[in-house]
Amino acid sequence: MAWGILQIVVFLILLGLIAKPLGTYMAHVYRGERTLLHPVLRPVERFIYRVCGVDERREMGVKGYAISLIVFNFIVLLFIYAVLRLQGHLPLNPAHVPDMSPWVAFNTAVSFATNTNWQVYVPETSVSYLSQMLALARENFVSAAVGMAAAVAFIRGLTRHSSRELGNFWVDFTRSFLYILLPLAVAGALFLVSQGVVQNLNGPTHAVTVAGVTQTIAQGPFASQESIKELGTNGGGSYNANSAHPYENPTPLTNFVEMLMILAIPVSFTYLFGRFAGNQRQGWALFAAAMVLLVMSVGVMFASEQHGNPNLTRAGVTQAATATQAGGNQEGKEVRNGIGASVLWATITTDTSTGAVNSSHDSLTPLAGGMAMLNIALGEVVFGGVGVGMMGLLIFAVLAVFIAGLMVGRTPEYLGKKIEGREMKLAVLATLYFCVTALGLAAIAAVLPAGKDAVLNHGPHGLTEILYAALSQTGNNGSAFAGLTVSGKFWSIAGGLVMMWGRFFFVVPCLALASSLGAKKAAPESSGTFPTTGPIFVVLVVGVILIVGALTYFPSFALGPIVEQFLMNAGHLFS
Amino acid sequence: MRHHIGIAIRMTILTAVLLGLLYPLAITGIAQVVFPGAADGSLVKVGGRVVGSSLIAQDLTAARYFHPRPSAAGYNGMASAASNLGPTSRVLVDRVRADVRALIAQDPGLRFGAVPVDMATTSGSGLDPDITVANASAQAPRVAAARGMSATAVLRLVAAHTTGRTLGFIGEPRINVLELDLALDALQAKGGR
Repeated sequence: MAWGILQIVVFLILLGLIAKPLGTYMAHVYRGERTLLHPVLRPVERFIYRVCGVDERREMGVKGYAISLIVFNFIVLLFIYAVLRLQGHLPLNPAHVPDMSPWVAFNTAVSFATNTNWQVYVPETSVSYLSQMLALARENFVSAAVGMAAAVAFIRGLTRHSSRELGNFWVDFTRSFLYILLPLAVAGALFLVSQGVVQNLNGPTHAVTVAGVTQTIAQGPFASQESIKELGTNGGGSYNANSAHPYENPTPLTNFVEMLMILAIPVSFTYLFGRFAGNQRQGWALFAAAMVLLVMSVGVMFASEQHGNPNLTRAGVTQAATATQAGGNQEGKEVRNGIGASVLWATITTDTSTGAVNSSHDSLTPLAGGMAMLNIALGEVVFGGVGVGMMGLLIFAVLAVFIAGLMVGRTPEYLGKKIEGREMKLAVLATLYFCVTALGLAAIAAVLPAGKDAVLNHGPHGLTEILYAALSQTGNNGSAFAGLTVSGKFWSIAGGLVMMWGRFFFVVPCLALASSLGAKKAAPESSGTFPTTGPIFVVLVVGVILIVGALTYFPSFALGPIVEQFLMNAGHLFS
Repeated sequence: MRHHIGIAIRMTILTAVLLGLLYPLAITGIAQVVFPGAADGSLVKVGGRVVGSSLIAQDLTAARYFHPRPSAAGYNGMASAASNLGPTSRVLVDRVRADVRALIAQDPGLRFGAVPVDMATTSGSGLDPDITVANASAQAPRVAAARGMSATAVLRLVAAHTTGRTLGFIGEPRINVLELDLALDALQAKGGR
């Protein structure tokens, strides 16, 4: 047990050490300054602009930026849909999987285009190697780079003065994947293969086991996909069991490195923000706020999972942590990860919008599962997904200074910019769309037979399955209480729609807010300025995030995980 | 608008070639040269025949072998899966209770209330290749008896196959079931007791 905690502490320290070097590098990249990789990659970058017809010196306003982003997403989405629908007739399909059905392909295309990576299909038997590489893994790069570009534009707006320009979408997008994602993905993929993650184009292996029966084992080019899946906070597994599968995540070391890969870029964005703001403490304040929430989540989950499920004790097993076993609730967990590495992953994947899982979230104890769901419900702002998480965190920073301003009776300012009516409307819109959509979908699904008959577990746990699915898809997370059967028409179509809505209804108001703030003059700091660098600000941001979350979700959570916790302890079972 | 669409289409094609084909194929090429065994799925051969993968659990029920954890996927390498049963599921609790009863009948050293939790719970993948030290220790007397070996010899082999935490603190100690079972077969084939 102590080892599990030590592992978590070392991980958090490493995160702090990554932020500065990677954040500095990313700031150089987005400003077009020379980096170590420029001699190799700059010619490639120029080649891409020439081929695609991009003028890299031309900046865009909010309209140009948003239109490029949406048009591009839509065209890539059509491309993925086409590949999935035609995969049975395309090459690199040694397992002979058929074409995907229309609504499953629709849901999948939207899911990957929005960086959700929600999976309504079983990859082993329904996605060809070509689809995995050309449609899904490629979209992992693209959706991540789009999110990063949007975040950089947002940060530019916040930190510029008297300018409505946000940068050039195509340039920000190209630099994101070329200088940041691709080099890290190559290094990560090679490390993962060395540890046992598969990377081949062979068909499934047919082994005759020790017991003399045939075991067929799915293979594929998956280290390259696993690497970008974590780096881009995407989360769509090459296997049904996702990162619990030994071919995606074979050793404790791959597990540790994959978790670092998930948070590397989101964490570095806080440092990059300080760089752009011209005051590093602005970035560290947001880093600290996110870190407080991360530690809170992992603490709750660790305690709950290590304590275990009393119903299993009554059935005759021992969940005590001893020198010879990790103990705790092991249903849905892998032995090599035990409790510590499983709950840390569950926290990280829901704090960001990743959604990759290394254990079954449906089998978590109620408080731990509820915590995972709360992380998504709070808006995935604990560093958050690449790019979009940073925007979410900054929206909460704006809300926090506004509330501080109300308390002391002064016009609120952030980075010297006055926060006025228009900015507040956009900030509230970017927060409200989320809970309205997610709770709305959950409410509809809980009454419609097509929605509620999909649950596997009954009682309050069934409601949690529905709530989790609605929150995960609206928040573009992609993890699931996977007992819910989501491959039917209702969940495929409704899910596809809210994923799209969730992504663009967030990005567009954010860009508009950034442009509106960018157009303002910065007021010089005075004695009346509320400092957004100190511990008081950190406490305020954490407080605003938790209070908004609690007020919005307490009633629904009370009917799901909270009541289930009491019922579990009382030994009440549902069949 | 037309300008944006033109760029978007060209960018879609370019990223498809660069990130969707060149990147994964280049990694495959390098992996196949540098780490061929790992890239092909860590397959295990006995006498030239593939008997499985050291990373994928397989169904073993004979008394002379150590058994992997129960599987919600039926050890199907084409359909990895967890049970997804929640903590208040009667299906889960009934299954665990039935497994505990069967385990106690099979491994005489086990007592109700003292069955290591990983023996009676299904993993996240349904293909977990490992078991805990507690689990292996509980199975060792049965395996020794079935093979006519001494319990100490079996436990010595278990200890030799126990992998500790990586770098001393990452993950949990574990024993790879297939590797342990094949080592037992090899030891007995050489006439070891």
